[in-house]
Amino acid sequence: MKELRLMKGNEAIAEAAIRAGTDAYFGYPITPQSEVLEYLTAEKPHERTGMVVLQAESELAAINMIYGAASAGRKAMTSSSSPGISLFQEGLSYMAGSELPCLVVNIVRGGPGLGTIQPSQADYFQATKGGGHGDYHLLVLAPASVQEMADFVPLGFELAFKYRNPVMILSDGLIGQMMEKVELFEQRPRATEFDQSWVTTGKTSDRERNIITSLDLDPAGMEKHNRHLQEKYKKMQQEVRFEKIMCDDAEYLLVAYGSSARVCQKSLQLARDKGIKLGLLRPITLYPYPYQVIYELTDQIKGILSVELNTGQMIEDVRLAVNGKTRVEHFGRFGGMIHSPDEVLLAFEKIYLKK
Amino acid sequence: MELKDIIKEKNLVYRKTPLMTDNILSYCPGCGHGTTHRIIMEVIEEMDIQSRVVGIAPVGCSVLAYDFMDIDMIQAPHGRAPAVATGLKRVMPDKFIFTYQGDGDLAAIGTSETIHACNRGENITIVFINNGIYGMTGGQMAPTTLPGMVSSTSPYGRDVKMMGNPIKMTELVAELPGTIYVTRQAVHTPGAVRRAKKAIRKAFENQKLDKGLSFVEIVSSCNSGWKMTPVQANKWMEENMFPFYPLGDIKIDGEMVSKKESQKITQP
Repeated sequence: MKELRLMKGNEAIAEAAIRAGTDAYFGYPITPQSEVLEYLTAEKPHERTGMVVLQAESELAAINMIYGAASAGRKAMTSSSSPGISLFQEGLSYMAGSELPCLVVNIVRGGPGLGTIQPSQADYFQATKGGGHGDYHLLVLAPASVQEMADFVPLGFELAFKYRNPVMILSDGLIGQMMEKVELFEQRPRATEFDQSWVTTGKTSDRERNIITSLDLDPAGMEKHNRHLQEKYKKMQQEVRFEKIMCDDAEYLLVAYGSSARVCQKSLQLARDKGIKLGLLRPITLYPYPYQVIYELTDQIKGILSVELNTGQMIEDVRLAVNGKTRVEHFGRFGGMIHSPDEVLLAFEKIYLKK
Repeated sequence: MELKDIIKEKNLVYRKTPLMTDNILSYCPGCGHGTTHRIIMEVIEEMDIQSRVVGIAPVGCSVLAYDFMDIDMIQAPHGRAPAVATGLKRVMPDKFIFTYQGDGDLAAIGTSETIHACNRGENITIVFINNGIYGMTGGQMAPTTLPGMVSSTSPYGRDVKMMGNPIKMTELVAELPGTIYVTRQAVHTPGAVRRAKKAIRKAFENQKLDKGLSFVEIVSSCNSGWKMTPVQANKWMEENMFPFYPLGDIKIDGEMVSKKESQKITQP
């Protein structure tokens, strides 16, 4: 039964986790995402679906508990915020290397270091370019509403199992903490329909033993494994998702994801009221990145502003996308500050309309 | 008498458990890993739980344990095996889960994961190989390296004032309410192997009880890392390691064993 509720983004993630048929959640408290673990422990999901919830002693332990549960082919997830996500990187690299599915939520806060607890998009590079050691990628989803926070949980698991790869939901303290109306999807089974021939659940007589490892002491073997991973990442490109807002007649383009895209939607209205033909391209997947659609828009566009809650990270991907065909500039507040719609428009006008 | 007359079931005195693969062991001659692998696999064979067991290999010399054990296995990040085991056991409470970890893995980089898995009383078995040295990386000082002991990063002997003291993890985890069975064994003599195997069997049987974590330390030699012959290394181990890391049960069925009783058990 579909159900409407007013929820915080973090609560929506937690409720969606239960409804998506997650087998296990392991987490460690950190602001601004602690509501996820709090909601899950209060909700007694072991009674609702049999889902395991455990508070780990650290993010290192949490991600490795995920590693264990994922090795059994189970839907395992965790959530954290930036400093905790840094501690996940070892485990994520291992899981990418040994091709394990899992879902990790990053409710990003300002950094570097302990930083702030306010919203930020400063973890873009870490999320989209690998994050840990080695040549690998996470599949990254960037919700821009509480509704998407909920919907991306089952989508994340589907993609994680389809590609046997960790998936990250990259959100921030703004969407994690704000309340919006959510239409919750119906309870789904804990089982997955994807291939389970690789899982370590005990060697039965009808098969060879299964081994989960990212080690190959033979460099030729390791190169081969890397080629296989790269082939997989190439296939993942078909999962690219984006939203085009008022792009049809746009002469200038804002590119923004997540909470920054929400702010930019208002900037767009302000611009249109003034007769400025501004459009917004919102990447929904940050890896794979919508290079192609941005490139195609350059034919009609005089300039692009990459609007991010950081000092300029996604702009590198936008520049890669346009390949020199159009001017690309960055604007954004950072360190936990959020730009206003006016600020974005003013920055755009200063750069492109010389006002 | 011809060979075919000798090769008969009734004359069988030893056979390799089929749960050990035919891959050539990567361990140095004299090392305790091979023997410990074998007795774990024998226990799994005897309990007939191959289809219900998953092992977790650490980082270190035994990182390739899955090459030798014919069971489902996971290779964990350095020190994180108890966390991996926790995740695995929590989603499969009816399976037998064990970690196999060296001293660097369990007592240095993985101290937190070890202590907390033990303290939560995860219903798993931890097999801890303590040879007082980092074998795989070339004989560096381990958390369990003895005072004064020479290693490649304590070339003048472990100076405890500067480098800190060796840590007795087994005594430490025995103090935690989550452990049900804690013991220290060795595999350098036939008698020691028999006792160690019995301990491992108990540690696996305990998983059926769901009463907490079982922890089996195996004090082992690393003759390559110690720069000794296998025979010298065993002698050195008896004379130096055993006085510091005394063999015997420390905790049985959740009850601490007194030192006196413990010594009685370990007498040959």
